[in-house]
Amino acid sequence: MTIKGRALKFGDNVNTDVIIPARYLNTSDPSELAAHCMEDLDPTFVERVERGDIVVGGRNFGCGSSREHAPIALKAAGVSCIIAKSFARIFFRNALNIGLPILECPEAVNSIQEGDKIEIELNSGWIKDLSSRKAFSAQPFPPFMQDLIAEGGLLAYASKRGGK
Amino acid sequence: MEMTITEKIMAAHAGVSEVSPGQLINAKLDLILGNDITAPIAIRELERLGVKRLFDPDKIVLIPDHFTPNKDIKSAEQCQILRQFARSHQLRHYYEVGRAGIEHAFLPEQGMVLPGDAIIGADSHTCTYGALGAFATGVGSTDLAAAMISGEAWFKVPESIKFMFSGKLRRWVGGKDLILYTIGKIGVDGALYKSMEFCGEVIDRLPMEDRLTMANMAVEAGAKSGIFAPDEITLDYIKGRSSRPYKLFQSEPGAHYAETFEWKGQDIEPQVALPHLPDRVKPISEVGEVAIDQVVIGSCTNGRISDLRIAAQILEGRKVAPFLRLIIIPATQSIYRQALKEGLLDIFLEAEGLVSAPTCGPCMGGHMGVLAAGERAVSTTNRNFVGRMGHPKSEVYLTGPAVAAASAILGRIASPEEVLA
Repeated sequence: MTIKGRALKFGDNVNTDVIIPARYLNTSDPSELAAHCMEDLDPTFVERVERGDIVVGGRNFGCGSSREHAPIALKAAGVSCIIAKSFARIFFRNALNIGLPILECPEAVNSIQEGDKIEIELNSGWIKDLSSRKAFSAQPFPPFMQDLIAEGGLLAYASKRGGK
Repeated sequence: MEMTITEKIMAAHAGVSEVSPGQLINAKLDLILGNDITAPIAIRELERLGVKRLFDPDKIVLIPDHFTPNKDIKSAEQCQILRQFARSHQLRHYYEVGRAGIEHAFLPEQGMVLPGDAIIGADSHTCTYGALGAFATGVGSTDLAAAMISGEAWFKVPESIKFMFSGKLRRWVGGKDLILYTIGKIGVDGALYKSMEFCGEVIDRLPMEDRLTMANMAVEAGAKSGIFAPDEITLDYIKGRSSRPYKLFQSEPGAHYAETFEWKGQDIEPQVALPHLPDRVKPISEVGEVAIDQVVIGSCTNGRISDLRIAAQILEGRKVAPFLRLIIIPATQSIYRQALKEGLLDIFLEAEGLVSAPTCGPCMGGHMGVLAAGERAVSTTNRNFVGRMGHPKSEVYLTGPAVAAASAILGRIASPEEVLA
């Protein structure tokens, strides 16, 4: 699976309260959540983000609450993948569980600039910065996780397998 | 191989004699928890998949506590999803407003979480139950849904970090100060993916409610769980609360720790976490003059009876500063009733503080005390991220109940000694 998109950069400790503020958690509708994604950190994000964009974050991305609304909001806003130096553990689980690919790669994060064109090969873990012509290697997902992402998440994957 | 308490609990629930850090295991769960924010997504997914049977309706707990009493129509609809699901699956552990309160205060209080348990909850502060010697961790809605079907969850066995507190604590220093001090030292990702194990002379004497406060904020250091070895204090606490069997696990001498930290109790003052991260911690003596608009005493971190008693000691016979709102939220109905019996609520009302029904409410900017732009609050809650309690241009300072109460009287961040002097 190959992902192509433009890099949108953020710093360390991007927490779930800024990814989707709790005042919008009275709904779990993905499009409503997407309309407020990153609002408290960058009010222009929702206007700037384009389908396929890749969020590039620093350390401890997604720290804070367990709200699955956070990866849901990012995915519904059009984000195709997140690259960070590290992820908070609940966010890490939640993102994969809803079929949003995320990669840990500090070298890529240090090098990638805002707006760079990025290409990611999920099965090999290669991250290519087409703008700077540099490539970085992240830990690839095992085949079952690639299938899970391709199916759109854990429950879709589990129910499809259960049906076999 | 010698194992830590966390490794032993995980091995027991995976049905194997031994596990080591990094190993992936599938664990049987003793309890699965969801609330009005996280459970609706899980329930909708189960409905979409046509799931008719849950693995064990008696091991699933649903508590509407975040935006309750329903703050608006949408919140009411989220709670309705929980209620209908609980009815149709005949869940024994669904607790309506008026019967429960904040989940992480309510479950230990009711003896629903016990030593040796493996528990997941779709709420990041599920790690609170580590205070009782259980393995407990937060997950999202999808993991909640999967666990409601299977009664299991997969985990990577975490490495453990040991935190030893020696000596004695100073006056007005409690569990909140110890955990803020710890997070201040190691940072908000200092225990990422790991388990935090607390021990030492200070911990041996630390009351259960302070342990619950400490384990509660393990996630604020990035940890998967926080844990305390069960001891006499644990057994005293659970006595009479449950008839369910439990198992006491202890770390073995020689067990592996990624790191060990040793701190002296005497060195720790009341702590304050400055905006906008829980690791921006300073001792109260170094905070300086910070005027405030609101004080919140409550939450799954510090809304228990011992917290209210501390606040009452400081507020008794005094008045809240002009133009300041003091909001006190007993975390459960039984804490509320106990505070009423002990006359604490009278003290709060005399001080011109507002006493709210149990709710998570203002902690995550839901309701019952949302901040405007430029406003500043002292709060006994657990997070001070941008916009956490309201407007993105508001600020939250995290403290224990003693500093919060003193600050409410003086209208600025203050130590209890300034008030009682």
